[in-house]
Amino acid sequence: MPVNDAAKGKTYPPVEYEVGKEKIKEYAWAVGEDNPVYFDREQAQAAGFRDVVAPPMFAVVYSWGAMGAAALDPEVGMNFAMLVHGGQEFAWGEPVCSGDTISTEISVKDIYERGGMGFYVFESVSRNQDGQEVVRGTWTNIVRGV
Amino acid sequence: MDVELKVTPDKYLPYRYAGASGDFNPIHLDPEFAKQVGLPSNILHGLYSMAQVARACTQAAGGDPRTLRRLSVQFRGMGLPEQEIVVTGTQNEQGVVALEAAQGDNKIIKNAEAELGTA
Repeated sequence: MPVNDAAKGKTYPPVEYEVGKEKIKEYAWAVGEDNPVYFDREQAQAAGFRDVVAPPMFAVVYSWGAMGAAALDPEVGMNFAMLVHGGQEFAWGEPVCSGDTISTEISVKDIYERGGMGFYVFESVSRNQDGQEVVRGTWTNIVRGV
Repeated sequence: MDVELKVTPDKYLPYRYAGASGDFNPIHLDPEFAKQVGLPSNILHGLYSMAQVARACTQAAGGDPRTLRRLSVQFRGMGLPEQEIVVTGTQNEQGVVALEAAQGDNKIIKNAEAELGTA
């Protein structure tokens, strides 16, 4: 049975995330980062950041709400019981710091079938409060046995 | 430039990562649930493993997060807590770093590519 690709090209309203110093610390600690620019405001500012900076992969934290809403869209129709995260790409721009408000917009970039599996590719674009792009993500989800 | 990083996520790492990231899928947290859906046990979050690849890159580039411009990965084998993850990478002539992450013979991230710049 071919996958339903009716949602291809669909976009979703932006979702905002306010970045906090303690959340950056919690994330950095969980993934084993120990650079003081992720924990200490003075050291971050001495290194040229506006405030405590987020590790690059903190992108998953501020994108999560927007991405979750798209992934759960019944029109996309992913079967979560058979879902695996196949691939992930991020391209980073302006660093994200404590105090930023990040707005993330998701689009359904592609839906296709290959080898009996459904591929669902989403693109996320995240911008800060000044409109600067902070990250562009490509999220490839694979549903086994479509 | 060669990239290498070794880290052993402890038994409770998936719970800390779930709290930090917001991903509470029970396949990462509940060994019984994971076994019911055909997994060996609760598995690491793929994006945690990707974060180790990212960390390996920024460390090799001197530690500044601004050095990591792009990272793409493919998730393969399931990562497990309490097993050492070894991230390895080599930079080619075009400056792109080709990377993978493995637990023993189990490659959990394959065909990863990173672009690094100056801070």
